[in-house]
Formats: sequence, structure tokens, C-alpha cells
Amino acid sequence: MSAPTEVAVRWVRRFDRADRILHGFLMLSFLGLASTGMPLLFSHAPWASVVARAFGGFESAGTLHRLFAIILIAVFLTHVWRLLRRVVMDKDYGILWGPSSIVPQPRDLADMAQHFLWFIGRAPRPGFERFSYWEKFDYWAVFWGMAIIGGSGILLWFPQFFARFIPGWMFNVAFLVHGEEALLAVGFIFTIHFFNGHLRPEKFPMDMVIFTGVVSEAELAHERPGEYERLRRSGQIEPLLADAPSARAWTIGRLVGTTAIVVGLSLVLLIVYALVM
Amino acid sequence: MGHRVVAYAVVVWALALALPVRALPSTAAAAPGAAQAAAQAAPANADCLICHEDASAARADGRPVVVTPGVFEKSIHGILSCVDCHTDLATNVEFPHPEKLARVDCATCHSEAVEKYREGVHAQARASGSASAAACVDCHGMHDILPSSDSQSSTYHLNIAATCSRCHGDPALTTQAGISGEVAAAFADSIHGRALSRSGLTVAPTCSDCHGAHDVFGPDDPRSRVSTAHVPTTCGTCHEGIATKFNAGIHGAVLAKGNTGAPACQTCHTAHAIQRADSTAWQLSVIGQCGTCHADRVATFRDTFHGQVTNLGFRTVAGCADCHGAHEILPASDPRSPISPGRLVETCGRCHQRANENFVKFDPHADKHDRTGSPVLYYAARTMQLLLAGVFTFFGLHTTLWFSKEIRVRRARRATGPRPAPVVPQVTGEESGEAAGAEEARDERAD
Repeated sequence: MSAPTEVAVRWVRRFDRADRILHGFLMLSFLGLASTGMPLLFSHAPWASVVARAFGGFESAGTLHRLFAIILIAVFLTHVWRLLRRVVMDKDYGILWGPSSIVPQPRDLADMAQHFLWFIGRAPRPGFERFSYWEKFDYWAVFWGMAIIGGSGILLWFPQFFARFIPGWMFNVAFLVHGEEALLAVGFIFTIHFFNGHLRPEKFPMDMVIFTGVVSEAELAHERPGEYERLRRSGQIEPLLADAPSARAWTIGRLVGTTAIVVGLSLVLLIVYALVM
Repeated sequence: MGHRVVAYAVVVWALALALPVRALPSTAAAAPGAAQAAAQAAPANADCLICHEDASAARADGRPVVVTPGVFEKSIHGILSCVDCHTDLATNVEFPHPEKLARVDCATCHSEAVEKYREGVHAQARASGSASAAACVDCHGMHDILPSSDSQSSTYHLNIAATCSRCHGDPALTTQAGISGEVAAAFADSIHGRALSRSGLTVAPTCSDCHGAHDVFGPDDPRSRVSTAHVPTTCGTCHEGIATKFNAGIHGAVLAKGNTGAPACQTCHTAHAIQRADSTAWQLSVIGQCGTCHADRVATFRDTFHGQVTNLGFRTVAGCADCHGAHEILPASDPRSPISPGRLVETCGRCHQRANENFVKFDPHADKHDRTGSPVLYYAARTMQLLLAGVFTFFGLHTTLWFSKEIRVRRARRATGPRPAPVVPQVTGEESGEAAGAEEARDERAD
């Protein structure tokens, strides 16, 4: 039981600058897409036309929606390009399989089962690795969502062009899937992801690592004992040590994070209102 | 001397038939001899005015009985004698006469109008005991009646709406009579009402143009000009081109077959609150009107981009009439219909340039609940439903359990030991970043 304020806190890098910037654009575009798209999906709700008019009417909201879509597609492509570069150029196959990979592995099932047992007091907390099972779900949900929502969105963006190749009823399906999958994504990110990543008591009000890129050594050891032990044993902690986040980064992160959480939760409230009214 | 002969003949004829038909008063006035022959003591107007000119003239109960000579003389009846209408005072009456006089019978002269009136809803209401239903004088006035061509007349075209509104815009009266109290205000704000009141258009219709003047019937009465079956003809009096189109369409055809469940003009345009058909608000609201009969079609429409954007209050996408037409609506099986298969490329192409045969296979009314009609959409919808339900159920449970666990961990920690100092940069201690301190194992035993 040491008093942490008296020892020098060591900070370990978790996300590099590019990842954080990409996540920033991901947040911006996702919030933008959700805010400009939900009024259409819930067009019967009294708030829908208010929100649509706040974006300057449905045509202007539609233009913004496409603009945010371009940003999100760019984020996605940049991310995929960075992954490919790591695999092909750096021969970093560890991201494809293994403890630090975000690809689901058998141990994730075991972790999940143990996590549930921990919830009910029947097992110790799992020794999570670099990415926990719920983080992997978050990540692949976005991948899946990009394919489904992005693909259907592009179909609907250029219907005359795609009608050269596909029958018109595919637009019916694309329109339905675009909206339902968007509802899933919005509902998931603004409730489950917010809770898992930020709002649960241990993290409340938010986990700053996505804004600062670093995590304290103690937090890493507590949160991801599997990763911490692996890094410590192989002597990889020291290369990852970083400066403490600046007060400026901290403030900006809090501001951006709070804004995102407020906007997201507001949208959730509006959606719930539209669903139950 | 022709007057005298005519008057004499008429009087004799009238008396002989014992009908309440009097000699034309003007003729009588011009022939005092004949008048005297008919009624020895008929008082002249001047005699009546001795009392009735007095501004304070009133009945015992205080109701005034003043007849202002200037007003009466200027009225269309100004050339008549008082006793031409108040016939029971024409003979052998001592003055002052009793308060209770016989009711003036306008039919004496205006038999045709009164005959129509008697069939109408106002007279029927009076007959069944309503004292407030309109009688002749309620619309035309009494001693001040002006011809309807006179702009001061209560029955002048531009004044009729105000005249009818005296009763039909009176909340107490309409409530008591059990009739709509909204028609007057609705009409005043309608395109017709504004054309009359703001633009002073005498060609714009007023109440009597649709309802009739004397033979007014309720809308459910098949004789009524505003009964569903008759509305297209009534509106077609002015809107002839539209009525022709309407009658050629499916709604008009069904209506003509006697199916009064079919819509007529007022079903979509409303009866009194008719708005400009080119206003965005009206064009959007009429979608709901289509939905009163075609509820399933509007429901599936609302599932599409067209339906959602119009629902948001924007008009730049297709509403019902943009594809189906407005008055000349025809079923898709009719090759003239804009939604007939042969014309879809043209119809969709009006908004979607370069729309091709593939493009028009889009179903603007696809029903995601219809497994046989739109199977791919149906299974896509079911899959998405299951996916959403599955994800939110699983993570809802996950989150709930996790939350309660962390709450318990926190409580136990507060109870057993000091709170670990938060780890934040600059060690300010202000931020609540919840670092774990060195107690890696604290939660394992926290329960």
C-alpha cells in the first residue's frame, strides 16, 4: 500500500499520435453522421424537424452527412493503410494474432466468461491483455458498420449510377439496413461504449488515454495485468515510457470527451423518447 | 286608368280565392279608391309612424318597435305600405293595436324563395323547435332590407360570409344547436374567404355559392349541394377543368358509381379551410389526408426517404401526388397512369434524371413486414431486428452486472481502506482520474 503521490508516476504509451488523431476524426464524423441522420430515421418525432432545421434544413443536413461520411471513410482508409504498412513493411505480425492483436482469439471467450463470473463474485478479475474482448467487439463493430453503413450509404448516394448494375429494390434494402445498422451503431457507441470506456465508476467521467495516449503504469497494471506482465518480463516497458501528459492535453481531452458524451447521450435520450412516445 | 282596372281585378281575384295574396302594394298605393274598396280603414304609413317613428317606442317588455322612416324608405320595400306586410292591421283595427300581431308572411310575394327555404335545414330546425335557426329576417333584415346587389346589403356577395357568421361563428349558438362552430373562422382564413375579404373578389365563392341561399341542406342530406356525391359538381361550377380531371380519375369514377366512401374535393381540400394548393404546408398535410383511406400505403411511404423527408416538413422530395397525380389518379393497371409500368421511367425521371429500368424497380411502398411481397427486405429487416435485440440484450446485461460490481467494489474499498490518490499529471489532485494505486488485487476480494 504505497502512497502513489509520493513515488514518481511512470507513464506508458498506449496510443500513438496518429491513432489519437484518427480517433478524434472518428468521433467528429460519427457524432456528425448520427446528428444529421437520426432526424430522418425518427422523422415522426417532434424533435426531428427541429434538429434538421438546426442543420439548415434536410438538404444542408444531407450535405453535412455526406461530408462527415467522407471524413469517416478517410479515417477508415488511413487506418487500414497503417495496418497494412505495419504488416507488410514492418512485418509486425503480432497485430494479426497473439496477445497484443485485436483479432479475437480463444482466450477472449475465456476472459468474457471469467469477467461475468467476476461480476457475480465467483472469480478474480481476468488478466486482460492489450485489448479486452469488449474492446475487440467495439473495434470490429466499427469495421462491420463501416462495411454495412458505408456500403449502403454509397449506394444511396449515387442511385442512378448503381442502378446500372443492380435492381432498384436493392435500394430499399440498402435504405433499411443503413438506418437500422446506424441505430445499432449509435445506440451501442453512446451507451455501451461510453459506459465501458468512460462512464463506469472506475473510469468516471472518462478514460483520458484516447486523448493523451498514455496510461499510468499502475493503471496499466490494474487494467491489463496480462499485458503489463508480458511487457515487464520482456523488458518492453521502458521503451514505451513517455512524459506525463501536459495539462493542456488533459484539458483539451476533457473538453472534447465531455462534449462527445453530452452530444451522444442527448441523442440517445431523443431516440429513446421517439421510440417510447 | 289601366291601373285601376288591374288593381280591382287582382283584389277581387284574391278575395275570391281567400288566399293571402294581396294586390301589388305599389299598384294599390297608386289607386286609393281600390284600396279603400278592399280595406276601409287601412292606415297609411304616416299613421303608423305617429307611434313607430318615436325612438322610445317599445313593447311592454321593453323591446323597441321603432321604424326609422329614412331607413325603411331606402329599403327595397320602401315603396310598400306597412300594412302590405302587417296585413292584420289593414282592416278594422283600433289603434294603438295589440302587441301581438300575425307573423309577416314573406311568401305573399316571395313564394318561390320561401318554398325553397321551407325544405331547407333552417326551416326544419325551426319546425323542430329551434328558435335560433335562421328565418328570412335573420339574413335579410326587417325594415331595412336592401337588394343583394347593394353593397350595403347583408346578402350582398361580399357580405354573406359575415351574415352567416353571425350565427355560425357564435360559439354559444353553435354549441346549443349542436353544429360545427369552426366553419366561420376556417372559411375566413381559407383561400376563398381571403379572396372575398382581402381581395374583394366578387367571383370568389361565398357560403351561398356552395350551400345554396334558401334551400340549404346538411352535408349528409343527399339533396345537398355539399353532399359528397354533389361536391364535384358544386366545386366544378368554378373549377370546371379540375372537376373534369377528377371525374376521369379513379376517385371520381367510384364516387359516380354511388360509393360515397370515395373522396370528393372536400375530403382532401377540406370544406371550409381550403388552402392554396401550392403551399408547402398544404402539400405536406395532404399526405395525411391520403392516409385516412390509404393508411397502409402511407405507412410504407414513411419507411422511405421520400416519406421521412416530407415528415420532417420539407417538400423537395416526392409526396403522393408527385407520382400518382392529384385529381386524375388512376390505378397502376391503367396505362395512362403515371405509375403504370410503362411510364415509371418517365415519372421517376422527373426528379431522378437518368433513371433507368433498374432504377424504377425501387419500391416506394416496400413493406418490410410482407414476406411474400418483398422477401429480401423482410429478411433483412428481421436480421437487423435480431442483431439489434441480441447486441443490446447481451451488452445491457453485461453493463448492468459490471456497473453493480464496480459499485460494490467501490463501497467495499471505502469501508476498508483509504481511497487511493488519483493519478493525474502535475499531481494536482483535482482531477478524479481513477487510477488503481498499488492495490492490484483489491477488487478480487472486495465483495
